[in-house]
Amino acid sequence: MSASPAIVTQAARASAVIEARTPWRRAWERFKRNRVGYYSLWAFLVLLVLAVISPLLANENPLLVHYQGRNYFPIFSNYPETKFGGDFRTPVDWFDPFIKAQLAKDGNWALYTLIRYSPNSVNYNHLESDPAPPSRDHWLGTDPHGRDIVARLLFGFAVSVLFGIALTFVGTLIGVAAGALQGYFGGWVDLTGQRLIDVWNAVPILYILIILAAMFEPSVVLLLFLFAIFGWTTLSDYVRAEFLRNRSLEFVKAARAMGLSHWRIIRRHILPNSMTPVITFMPFRMSEGILGLTALDFLGLGVPSTVPSLGELLRFSKENLDAWWIGVPTFFVLVFTLLLLTFIGDALRDAFDTRKG
Amino acid sequence: MATAPPLLEIDNLCIDFGSKRVVDHVSLTVGVGEKVGLVGESGSGKSVTALAILRLLDAATYQGAIRFGADSILTKSERWMRGLRGRDIAMIFQEPMTALDPLYTVGSQIGEVLEVHEGVRPNAARARSIELLRRTGIPEPERRIDAFPHQLSGGQRQRAMIAMALACRPKLLIADEPTTALDATVQAQILALLDDLQREFGMAILFITHDLALVRRFTHRVGVMELGKLVESGPTETVFTQPHHPYTKRLLNSRAERQVEPIGADAPIVLAARDVRVTFTRSEGWFRHSNFIAVGGVTLELRSGETVGIVGESGSGKTTLGMAMLGLQSMSAGDVLINGQSLAEADRELLRKFRRRIQVVFQDPFASLNPRMTINQILEEGLAWHMPELSDAERRKRVLAALAEVGLGAAGGLEDVLDRYPHQFSGGQRQRIAIARAVVIEPEILVLDEPTSALDVSVQKQVLTLLAGLQKRHGMSYIFISHDLSVIRAMAHRMLVMKDGLVVEQGECEAVIRQPQMPYTRALLQAVSYAGELDVPPTALGATP
Repeated sequence: MSASPAIVTQAARASAVIEARTPWRRAWERFKRNRVGYYSLWAFLVLLVLAVISPLLANENPLLVHYQGRNYFPIFSNYPETKFGGDFRTPVDWFDPFIKAQLAKDGNWALYTLIRYSPNSVNYNHLESDPAPPSRDHWLGTDPHGRDIVARLLFGFAVSVLFGIALTFVGTLIGVAAGALQGYFGGWVDLTGQRLIDVWNAVPILYILIILAAMFEPSVVLLLFLFAIFGWTTLSDYVRAEFLRNRSLEFVKAARAMGLSHWRIIRRHILPNSMTPVITFMPFRMSEGILGLTALDFLGLGVPSTVPSLGELLRFSKENLDAWWIGVPTFFVLVFTLLLLTFIGDALRDAFDTRKG
Repeated sequence: MATAPPLLEIDNLCIDFGSKRVVDHVSLTVGVGEKVGLVGESGSGKSVTALAILRLLDAATYQGAIRFGADSILTKSERWMRGLRGRDIAMIFQEPMTALDPLYTVGSQIGEVLEVHEGVRPNAARARSIELLRRTGIPEPERRIDAFPHQLSGGQRQRAMIAMALACRPKLLIADEPTTALDATVQAQILALLDDLQREFGMAILFITHDLALVRRFTHRVGVMELGKLVESGPTETVFTQPHHPYTKRLLNSRAERQVEPIGADAPIVLAARDVRVTFTRSEGWFRHSNFIAVGGVTLELRSGETVGIVGESGSGKTTLGMAMLGLQSMSAGDVLINGQSLAEADRELLRKFRRRIQVVFQDPFASLNPRMTINQILEEGLAWHMPELSDAERRKRVLAALAEVGLGAAGGLEDVLDRYPHQFSGGQRQRIAIARAVVIEPEILVLDEPTSALDVSVQKQVLTLLAGLQKRHGMSYIFISHDLSVIRAMAHRMLVMKDGLVVEQGECEAVIRQPQMPYTRALLQAVSYAGELDVPPTALGATP
């Protein structure tokens, strides 16, 4: 309760001790208070870093080779076999017993990655039939094509998560733009936009995907494009509703009375106050994207087999029910990822709930 | 009252929410058939105290005792409480639209109370409900009983709420701001009804309000609450004539006083509205449209340094008219001239110049500031837009000057204010910031849309004084929109009374109040004087039948 100026200053001094916290900052502090969500975020960020550097973790090429006094970096460039005492100018096969013997000679050594296989490398010197059970060479065994499961899982996770992030980013941009335009201008813009979205939502996305998969060679980029152009409508509805509500608030009217341009009012006054559903939606949108990609790969409509994917691993496990080492780890990776995203989303929702202090 | 044992006795009641104490050692009694007022500003704990009597607070811890007759309420079981609520103690709330369930007819909601507490059969309950509705003065109760809440007007809804509360002839009625959400004329009717019913039923009423005038008119005894403490209590007249506590004195002193500077007869006209009309089109089905006339042809002139008050009840079109003069609401006909230039024909560049000349202050200090911008950003924005030639230092100087001007920056606290966010300020302070935002770009005209209605009474007066001071110093002209005649009387040179989009009466402020010509103006004045807010000469009202 402000009283005379003297009391006002008193109050100002009293609360000067409390630093001015931005609304974002307060939301972040509320987020941190949710321990599960907070640790999930950290776990997810660690996994994300691992995903980004996955080529340094699982690679058939050694990181560093010291051969006859010289250093080679096979992970960055290809070397002909002749460099290491071979007969042909073909790229080195690092599984070749001959090369291994050369490297074992006095003074030569090689520094390998944690997992010695790339997701697409096939070890032809491995003697068991594929899919092979876990062994010292292949910690989680191999898939039916003889490729290492650990490397496939790691790269599959990376592809899924990066796909999810890219999809969320593109979808959020389109969704926010469409929702903002409809909500801010209202009237005919809104009506037309809403009807177009209705029509757009009625398009059966799965059939489109199947048709397009038959026409084009499916690639990650094509799938991203398809998911993105169909996946923004839900978010745009939320943003539209926020804009409709916020544009009638008095501070927006005051900004209009101030004569500010539409763009400035949207950017400075309405958009920052309409971000709650956008941010809360992101983790759920990501898990949706990851699941969508996995489902398509499982059906064999998704990315080509050269691209490692969790869905493909699930399909392999369905086709080889006795090879438990394919399905069980994939299941856990998938569940763990989606669980983390759900926890993060829950915590975000709580953090942005304005009814909480 | 002192001889008979009290009906309700609150004894050293403390209520805590977590570690926060909201009611602090409050003791209060209500006798049988007595009307007791509980006044205080927002956050004083008066509503919490009332809810505690029915034990309707979640997550609260109580200390002390509440005795109703011989029963100690705080120790009873929840089941026992359910029997008490609605039968012996009933409650009516501020906002009848949200207090009634929108999915059920009023009849079934009143009937439910009877069926639950008295085991009345549905048919009999219906008959009694009709009788109750009739008693509360709702026209055609046989038809209205099947109406849903949204089909009734605000006053009728509150009447239905009262009928529901009275269904079981409670011994105590708790009325929590029962008339605050209603228009002045309706307010007076509801209070008169409560008065009648109280006498007829012989029940006690605990009347909770922020409105001192209502308490004085309505109650036998009164308690004044400040920040959870009961600072003063006693017979109403004694408290009003001989207040002891400084807070009570301040509250009583907070009635707005007339602070109007006379203006010269040759003051130029800065704004003129010429037959302004605003029509809203509502679509009904696919191809049918109906027009709703919000403003039906209003002409007014505003001179330099003058305040024109626009009075009216909700739905009278006064705010729409204000928005039209700001250029925020498109007009269907007519024009607004600002310094002789037409607003309707203004191009972008001219419109931008207009914006600088005419600014606005809104009602709700919680909605009128962008919560994600600092005070500095809020004030700076208009300056940067309209005076881009200013350097950063000059802009900052003007922002600080504006803050000082509205009384936020006395004695060094200024710089500190700049980087804080709106949520760190009280309602009154926020309203000062909203005024500073408008004033910083040095407009000639301010549209004030109920600038004090959302504020506590003691803050209200300060904001009015601030506005009067600003007008004196800068020679600004005000369009002052309000439903509150006493505020208009304190601030305006001339006033317009609006009803259903039309100006029914206009003239010098004092002249209109002393000699109202139109029946509607008289009804409005009568309603206000019932509440005792305005010293209206009896001659002004004598003409009404």
